[in-house]
Amino acid sequence: MVKVIYRDKTWEIKAGSTVRHVIEQADLNPESILALRDGKLINEATLTEEGDVIKLVSVVSGG
Amino acid sequence: MKCSKCGGLAVINMRQHRLRLCTSHFTEWFATMVQRTIEKYEMFSPADKVLVAVSGGKDSLALWDVLLRTGYEAEGMYIGLGIDEGIGYSDKSLAMCRQFVTEHHPGAVLHVVDLGEEYGQDIPYLAHTRQRGRGKPCSVCGLVKRHIMNRVARDGGFAAIATGHNLDDEVAVLMQNTLHWQAGYLARQAPVLLERDGLARKVKPFVRIYEREAAAYALVRGIDYIYDECPFARGSTTNFYKELLNQLELQSPGAKQQFYLQFLQARDKGEIRFAGEGAVELRPCRRCSQPTTAGDLCAFCRLWES
Repeated sequence: MVKVIYRDKTWEIKAGSTVRHVIEQADLNPESILALRDGKLINEATLTEEGDVIKLVSVVSGG
Repeated sequence: MKCSKCGGLAVINMRQHRLRLCTSHFTEWFATMVQRTIEKYEMFSPADKVLVAVSGGKDSLALWDVLLRTGYEAEGMYIGLGIDEGIGYSDKSLAMCRQFVTEHHPGAVLHVVDLGEEYGQDIPYLAHTRQRGRGKPCSVCGLVKRHIMNRVARDGGFAAIATGHNLDDEVAVLMQNTLHWQAGYLARQAPVLLERDGLARKVKPFVRIYEREAAAYALVRGIDYIYDECPFARGSTTNFYKELLNQLELQSPGAKQQFYLQFLQARDKGEIRFAGEGAVELRPCRRCSQPTTAGDLCAFCRLWES
């Protein structure tokens, strides 16, 4: 399984999908989100692997 | 996904530029884009001393970092606004700025102005007690920050104040101002506001950088920044417009960039004009001597009287 973290939420998904798919499945816009694995930036075509912890970061801020 | 330049592993895909880059080529590309923007809009020269307004967020810290890395004499300025709201927002923001200096640029100068210590009241108090702030603390906050930034820039002999406003910030404002046909604001929205009559020059070196790219730069450079939104900005209309524009960008890569850059081009060529263009007369405030359009006291000094 893959653990996904976004803000204060955490959930698990099956391994093997792309990061872009993970973002879309969370109902988020890939234009507004970046993904990190082990603290490193990864591109949207990266395939998730068993045991991955993926942190999704919103890039939108400001007032 | 491979880097368009070296074939290594790409960390970012920038569809509007048809460019996929690895960490090393992305940081190089980023610095080049910022440098080109500084030159294109004649923001400042390598001999100038620049004051970077830092908040502890990704944009301002990324800006300070890239300016220092490319050799500019850039000093940071943090304004302590006294915003806590149960999460210690201002304290955390200042800690991020100090951490940035320690970890990335030891020796860089960070000026800190604490509103409460220097003026006796903080933003939450002012927003709660003043007519201007009722229900809109961002209005008071903007006024206070503009005043203090200008004062520090003038006193310190800085050639310009640089802010981390990125292309998404600018496009969101452009969209709001267009939807409301705010001619005066549309006339003044620009990458550079020239100095005049006691007002320091203001520049935005990230106007051609997407917010996504600024965040990516901070992440690949290992810059720790405050992820929390300012508690007073949550649910702001600017963020609502940014999300809308990102929906558009998803369907049509480059839409944000086109909207903003073509607006600037059309205005510069005189293809579009707005009422309210041209300089408004400024006079020195009787109390603080900073420039104001009002007759006697500037809006900042009036804030402490009301």
